[in-house]
Amino acid sequence: MNYIQFFHMRPEASLLGFFLIIFLYDLIYTGRSRRYFHPLVCVAMLLHTVICFRDTSEYTLFEGMYHSNAMIVFVKAMLAFGSAIVVMQAHRWLRITTTYYKQGEFYILLLSTLVGMYFMISARHFLLLFVGIELASLPMACMVAFDKYRHHSAEAGIKYILTSMFASAVMLYGISFLYGTTGSLYYNEVREGLTASPMQIYALVMFFAGLGFKISLVPFHLWTADSYEGAPTAVTAYLSVISKGAAAFTLFIVLTTVFAPMIEQWQTILYITTVASITIANLFAMKQRNIKRFMAFSSISQAGYIVLAMIGGTAQGMSAMVYYVLVYIFANLAVFGVIGAVEHNIKNEVRRETLDGFYKSNPKLAFLTTLALFSLAGIPPFAGFFSKFFVFMSAFGAGFKVLVFIALINTVISLYYYLLIVKAMYINRNDTPVPPFKCSIITRASLAICLIGIISLGICSFVYGGINSISFGM
Amino acid sequence: MIIPAHYFLILSAILFFIGVFGFFTRRNLVSLLISTELMLNAVDINFAVFNAYCHPGLLEGYVFAIFGIGIAAAETAVAIAIIINVYRNIHSIHIKRLRELKH
Repeated sequence: MNYIQFFHMRPEASLLGFFLIIFLYDLIYTGRSRRYFHPLVCVAMLLHTVICFRDTSEYTLFEGMYHSNAMIVFVKAMLAFGSAIVVMQAHRWLRITTTYYKQGEFYILLLSTLVGMYFMISARHFLLLFVGIELASLPMACMVAFDKYRHHSAEAGIKYILTSMFASAVMLYGISFLYGTTGSLYYNEVREGLTASPMQIYALVMFFAGLGFKISLVPFHLWTADSYEGAPTAVTAYLSVISKGAAAFTLFIVLTTVFAPMIEQWQTILYITTVASITIANLFAMKQRNIKRFMAFSSISQAGYIVLAMIGGTAQGMSAMVYYVLVYIFANLAVFGVIGAVEHNIKNEVRRETLDGFYKSNPKLAFLTTLALFSLAGIPPFAGFFSKFFVFMSAFGAGFKVLVFIALINTVISLYYYLLIVKAMYINRNDTPVPPFKCSIITRASLAICLIGIISLGICSFVYGGINSISFGM
Repeated sequence: MIIPAHYFLILSAILFFIGVFGFFTRRNLVSLLISTELMLNAVDINFAVFNAYCHPGLLEGYVFAIFGIGIAAAETAVAIAIIINVYRNIHSIHIKRLRELKH
């Protein structure tokens, strides 16, 4: 065996290195030097993002099980950067007494889910894919149930772990039929054996259902609202952005590399799930009062747009999808950063009424939230408009005109419920608004990064151009 | 006498859908866990049978089944830990008591 191959897996290897450092720090420094723990992790995550970018050449390792190229490295770096922002936003939550002494566990769980996502993305063999998905979802359940003494957290955790087990069993059942009909588990060999026989269509549907749970598309979305609401806010942010982005990219890769001969079948599935996700999530989002629950339904609807980009299976679709996820990371994390800060200050859950008159007391945070919500809704000067535009363009280019029309109508509907929050912050009167407060410096830095991302990604055209130059399709 | 392959496939399909049925109808968290375990075991049978009957000589299916068993054990461990946590918080593992979220 050629051991030099391990050194090519730079993102995974560097992440495992940081993992060990954090683990040892957690064990050794228990006294006053624990103050430096959180800044150390933030620096390590940002450093890791830089290391990811260093090697963008294309290579295949372990007899074709592991594949990497410029696009995959870019997606990994994007996920790592998003996780760094999540860790930065978790600063205040990790300082309260019930979590202060187990913050090391939080970092370790977060890094192991990230390793799992890296393997999901790079896998070119179903076994590695399966192990990656499980590595991404098991520690995630522990993170969702992290607030041990709050029963909402435990309830969200049990709902997450049971649905995730169910989903992985369904997905494995699909993979077993693929193995039975083609005799291999390597992506390229499975692809050669595909003839769209009934058993293989059955396998495709089962497999899609399994990954659909992870992306929370509509027929498989029932866990989303409860888990998002009960989980600690930092974990909710992580679930809604990083986990969803990694699963969506994995689904795109599997659909285009493995199921390419069955494109008609999976286009039908995608069509139905896209329409259902966008429409149903929009209808439910309107009547939500709890902001985290509202963001859960908003994220289901955003998942619909992410899936809309992959329907053509083209290189253009991939670049539209990656750009969409990149913009979505910044916008959604900005909203969750503000929610987390407010929640920490009022020591209670944030509802829409809580935010009444928020602009009067905290103008800067209210302004940032407004920009992020505009970006999520897709209003022109911000990045969200361009990302939605590219998604629609790629789907239109693939010939799905009616679908794009339905999605456009839903964009207008989504504007209504995003503006409800803006209205609450600016117009609604409130005698007891959230008192003015100052965020910690690390949280402010993370919010500033999000703000820069929301504004600059829309203006700097070279970002999309760069993504477009390295994307690949069927 | 060799048992034909489709007997095993029917067995695993029945096992799988008993698991699905149990997952949707049972009202106790441990029963839900047992149902998902049934589904995962049905998958393991599938892999072993496909390997033995359709593609003998290679070991890919058996290896996948072993990985499946190992990961199912890890999942059960995490799920039971969370169920214990739920019990400590609300003194019940009945699904009816898990309705705090939603309102």
